[in-house]
Amino acid sequence: MSLLCAEDPNLMDLLGASGLEFLWHPSLSEASGAEVRRLLSAIEDGSRTLDILCIEGSIVRGPRGTGKYHMLAGTGRSMLDWVGALAPKAQHVVAVGTCATYGGVTTAGENPSDAVGVQYDGSHKGGALSADFTARGGLPVINVAGCPTHPDWVTETLMLLAAGTMTQDDLDGFARPRFYADHLVHHGCSKNEFYEYKASATELSEIGCMMEHLGCIGTQAVGDCNIRAWNGSGSCTRAGYPCINCTAPEFEEPGHGFTETPKFAGIPVGLPSDMPKAWFMALASLSKAATPRRIGVNATSDRITVPPSLKKPKP
Amino acid sequence: MSETSLLVGPFNRVEGDLEIRLEIDNGRVSAAYTNSPMFRGFERMLVGKGALDALTITPRICGICSISQSMAAAHALADLAGALPTPEGARVAALLHAVENISDHLTHFNLFFMPDFARAEYAGRGWHDRAVARFTAMEGSALRAATEARLKLLHIVGLLGGKWPHTLAIQPGGVTRAVSARDKVRMAVSLRAFRTYLEQVLFGAPVEVFAGLTSVSDLEEWRSGDAGLFLEIAADLDLASAGRGTGRYMSFGAYDGPDGPAFARGLWQDGGVHSLDTNAIVEDLSHAWMLGEAAHPARGQTLPDEDMRDSAYSWCKAPRLSGQSVETGALARQVLDGHPLALDLIAERGVRARVAGRLLELARSQIWIESLLDRIDPSQRFMDHVDLPESGEGQGLVEAARGALGHWVRIEKGRIASYQIIAPTTWNFSPRDQAGAPGPVEAALVGAAVQDGEETPLSVQHIVRSFDPCMVCTVH
Repeated sequence: MSLLCAEDPNLMDLLGASGLEFLWHPSLSEASGAEVRRLLSAIEDGSRTLDILCIEGSIVRGPRGTGKYHMLAGTGRSMLDWVGALAPKAQHVVAVGTCATYGGVTTAGENPSDAVGVQYDGSHKGGALSADFTARGGLPVINVAGCPTHPDWVTETLMLLAAGTMTQDDLDGFARPRFYADHLVHHGCSKNEFYEYKASATELSEIGCMMEHLGCIGTQAVGDCNIRAWNGSGSCTRAGYPCINCTAPEFEEPGHGFTETPKFAGIPVGLPSDMPKAWFMALASLSKAATPRRIGVNATSDRITVPPSLKKPKP
Repeated sequence: MSETSLLVGPFNRVEGDLEIRLEIDNGRVSAAYTNSPMFRGFERMLVGKGALDALTITPRICGICSISQSMAAAHALADLAGALPTPEGARVAALLHAVENISDHLTHFNLFFMPDFARAEYAGRGWHDRAVARFTAMEGSALRAATEARLKLLHIVGLLGGKWPHTLAIQPGGVTRAVSARDKVRMAVSLRAFRTYLEQVLFGAPVEVFAGLTSVSDLEEWRSGDAGLFLEIAADLDLASAGRGTGRYMSFGAYDGPDGPAFARGLWQDGGVHSLDTNAIVEDLSHAWMLGEAAHPARGQTLPDEDMRDSAYSWCKAPRLSGQSVETGALARQVLDGHPLALDLIAERGVRARVAGRLLELARSQIWIESLLDRIDPSQRFMDHVDLPESGEGQGLVEAARGALGHWVRIEKGRIASYQIIAPTTWNFSPRDQAGAPGPVEAALVGAAVQDGEETPLSVQHIVRSFDPCMVCTVH
């Protein structure tokens, strides 16, 4: 439902302006029950053309491979079965959200429903659809990962598909659209000055950098979350809690608490993407030693308590 | 028409997956069976994890009630620790929660419920042209206006919660982001803009006037705004008597905090308010594809029946309070808060009452949330550190848009040993229990009219959607 927060213009106007029309959407369309079953049959027998199949939610295979933990209501068939039937009919298949892309939170813990993503099982290719599946248009399943997805990630993917300009080169190694996946959450993070000096928050509600102690992996996570705002002006880090890498396969099982940083000998285990370890260590210890008082004090406060110094006026 | 049966699904414009089997006798529903056809097992995923992980995982049960799940988890962990959030933290959390609930009511009325009246089957009715212009699915002018108003209201969640849904800002000790005086004036403007939408579009009058209605006869005269169009349609189609509930209502109390709950807690039955004893909750498994014994959620389990035995028909457990089903939601909250219009609506307790209860709550919530924002003091602390114990139990009882939501957690050796959730729609869309007594919506559907040749009866759609089900929360 994050999609309904699409802005400038709103979702209905945006779809209309892009020549996109829902054949059916479970939350928004008028058609219900028998009308929908007829539509699905028509797509299946080829009498109705399906340009884009969007799938939300992981695909459930349990119990015992039957998929019966998730039956498509009124049809007597599992969602697993329906995805296999409809995907080859579609020009493009788009998995929306980290559950649909890689399995996501639904696969956490013991993965009680034996869920997978549409074309990935965690970080491994091959999910409900096989690793070599391509839609009629020639692309694999396009993974608009995020938990939640930014509404623009969904609408812009659909607009690019409608415009016919999205190619294999526009997808990253996990089939995510590169227009948002080539960025890191770190880009544009409002805590950048704290990061530069490794001036760290020690617990949630403090405004310092959350990488060292609070589990933030915005320097490794893909997403333009701090470049384009969420719901007006927001992002996870701006609201004072860490990036948990929700655009990535297997983010649901970090192997430690979501808001704590795993450390070895007191040093965080994870490194910023593409950063050599020795350099990171050297730069971090140097910058930490050079932390100005203002930044150090503010890092462990719940609001700015020491303002920036002002330049003295010329005499 | 003689005896027959119908399978209704996929049932859309409800959140998540729903299938309903109807038995029909002489043009009326004689029995209904609601199936929540998806099982994911969130309660089991949590077992073995650190307690704080519940704050990340449970909101992701649902993309529409996400903050409600955050609130229930944060309350359960605070209860486990014997702690309370700081007063300002509690106020901000309540603000975020109320924004979500208000947004959900708006989505339900405009995007889920009203579009059915734009259907071609109603052509020729005096109101149909207006319903088509305002409420045609994906196109109507009311849907656009509501979507715009809602997304701008949710800027408050963007500002304080980072994003909607799935914020991690709400913690047992308060909220992660302090509110400044500047934030307050920005949010006041957002609330003012939302009030303008409510007064110009939804009600066509000051919210205080709608909130001040005291009787059904006053309500029936309301003709302004989209609320007026609904009431005109409701009168024409006799939605007052469609889908009558049992008249037992439950609320856990909404937005509890340092100023007391906005809407009171309690149980309504036999024509009066009673104190609510949540120890009397039992989840019955007789008609759910679940194994184990009926139990209070503090001792309950989630063991799916892989064989999907024939005597069961849903993944939804059947929660009962002292052995009885109860209805939960906005109408229940307004009844238990003693609002005179809501108390008058109990006499009809059908589709119109549920939708009017939601409209009433929208008007009252606007007034309340403005005063809540006023009370937030930027000079105070918004979060305190809370140490969680190595073992213990906690419960988090809140009101989601759709009604009473409870989380029950038990911790052993610092890890989650048990986590049980009862969502509002688990109550409303529960299957039959051991005694064969139907769940609330199953009971409400009995008697619904089915026209000759109808495959997906309109009356059934109105009744089901009047409950505003969230099926993804139901089984979780």
